[in-house]
Amino acid sequence: MTTASFSEPTFAMVENQLDDAPQNAPRRRVKRKTWQTVIWFVVLIALTAIVLYPLVWLLLSTFKPNSEFGQNMGLLPNNPTLENYVKVSEGIAGVPMQQFFLNSLIIAVGSVIGTVLSSALAAYAFARVQFKGLGILFAAMIGTLLLPFHVLIIPQYILFNNLGLVDTFIPLLLPKFLATEAFFVFLLVQFIRQMPRDMDEAARIDGAGHLRIFWSIILPLIRPALITCAIFAFIWAWNDFLGPLLYLTSPENYPLPIALRLYNDQASTSDYGATVTASFIALLPVLLFFLVFQRFLVDGVATQGLKG
Amino acid sequence: MSTTATRVIVTGQKSSRRALLRRERPEHLSSPGQRARLRKETLAGYGFLVPWLIGFFGLTLIPMAYSLYLSFTSYNIFQPPKWIGLDNYIRMFTSDPAFMQSAQITLIYVLVGTPITLIAALLVAMLLNYRDKGAGFFRSSFYAPSLIGGSVSVAIVWRAMFANDGPVDNSLSFFGIDLGGWIGNPDLVLPAMILLSIWQFGATMVIFLAGLKQVPKELYEAAEMDGANAFHRFRAVTIPLLSPVIFFNLLLGLIGAFQVFASAYIISNGSGGPAGMTNFITLYLYKRGFSDGQMGYASAIAWVLLIVVAIIAFILFRTQRSWVHYSGDSR
Repeated sequence: MTTASFSEPTFAMVENQLDDAPQNAPRRRVKRKTWQTVIWFVVLIALTAIVLYPLVWLLLSTFKPNSEFGQNMGLLPNNPTLENYVKVSEGIAGVPMQQFFLNSLIIAVGSVIGTVLSSALAAYAFARVQFKGLGILFAAMIGTLLLPFHVLIIPQYILFNNLGLVDTFIPLLLPKFLATEAFFVFLLVQFIRQMPRDMDEAARIDGAGHLRIFWSIILPLIRPALITCAIFAFIWAWNDFLGPLLYLTSPENYPLPIALRLYNDQASTSDYGATVTASFIALLPVLLFFLVFQRFLVDGVATQGLKG
Repeated sequence: MSTTATRVIVTGQKSSRRALLRRERPEHLSSPGQRARLRKETLAGYGFLVPWLIGFFGLTLIPMAYSLYLSFTSYNIFQPPKWIGLDNYIRMFTSDPAFMQSAQITLIYVLVGTPITLIAALLVAMLLNYRDKGAGFFRSSFYAPSLIGGSVSVAIVWRAMFANDGPVDNSLSFFGIDLGGWIGNPDLVLPAMILLSIWQFGATMVIFLAGLKQVPKELYEAAEMDGANAFHRFRAVTIPLLSPVIFFNLLLGLIGAFQVFASAYIISNGSGGPAGMTNFITLYLYKRGFSDGQMGYASAIAWVLLIVVAIIAFILFRTQRSWVHYSGDSR
């Protein structure tokens, strides 16, 4: 470690963190590196400010009184107020806000349970069981990974309509319990394949069947991957718009994204404050999830891209 | 490290595909007289797969076949489908200007937005890769939008961002560029949508960053020793070594971009306007099927979408031999 000889303490700090250069490195080179680091921080902070601006704007705009929109589209409210939150809590179309929130929660939690259960079962079969037809079924699963979902919306709608299930949560939840989201199956297959087989083999010699191996050995081993799946399943179901738009017709069944559409359609000019505040409330659980689980999410994506 | 399945997706190489499909029988199954055991394995395999099999056949394969059938019919859900042969497809390409416009703006959105997103993601990933300390915070900040970018809330915010006298308009006016609101302007609403997709560059960037971390430092040092400047090092080291990741991101990015729906729906209040400039193919399909009750025609549109996506995937897999390099390969 070189002892930095700069007068500015901040520079010295930055320098200390960065420096892995040999002790007798020429001073000029050290200085250049310091400047590069400073520029690096400045550029990235500027970029962060641009990228996060819309979200900060959303948060601060929830405190703007309704009359301020249109005149003051900047960040800070001139006369901060909580009136938007009061208004939003009353709900829209005769349905209170907590009902929308509860509907979203039921759909999202149901999706998490269904996705994790069914995907783990399928992934175990693909990764650990040797059966006739494995190759072709696995290829079929990979194929659905690239299939645009929109090809299926019309026939699936006709199916659920004929079964009399429109305006229930079943069309939204049933596919999750049947592992139709190939992304999750694939992610778990990849993860299980990396697990050493020694424990399986040992358990098998002791007479354990597949169910036992799956439950007592594989599931505990792949817990991190299951958590990643659960988080993604929650966020995707929470944000889903097309599914509820197709299948839910009465307002008391609406989850938040569809309720937001009501604000957006009916009140975009007259009640902008409520629209913005409801949008923020709809986003809040996802943002909190992100803050708590960001490691899992970001690493999950990185793994998915390279190993997955 | 890279498992076989990825390589099939990413490479489509015959050799690795064969390796993937090859059944590696564990020892306890390969000895003679173990047929009963093998049958038991098959039974167990299908037992685990029951939910997936029901989903695959009941909610994917059979519906797909049914939708193909519907695409040759006229069907409004109340009366039984009426066979009309290729009429839906002929109508689409000869007498439906709204479809042609929809296809056109979707292609522009996909073919402009995806490459720009990839380039932005790669540049920012390289910037983050310069230094480890402090990079974690930026990595997470940039990642957040890709988690929520397709949501209704963000679409509502985007409308405000690009509104007349909104933040974007005001910043541009500061530099003397007066464009007014973007969302109501047929010429500017598509760029606003493309910017929304670029804003979600974070997930792609995270994947690139993980790839960059695996590029051996010696290669850069060797290139520098040989007198290669930064640009040469980028072209001769970074791009080839990263090409599998670029391929993966390009494939998933293009397919994902075709499926934009919620943001277009919210930004246009479900109309696809102004002047049809946000009427992406998924939105058009939805309106035809569910607002106009033309389920047969909408199915035909869905199949055209599927075929276009398949062609793009095919072209990518075909051309990768010339530009995607796998470090494990001897070529």
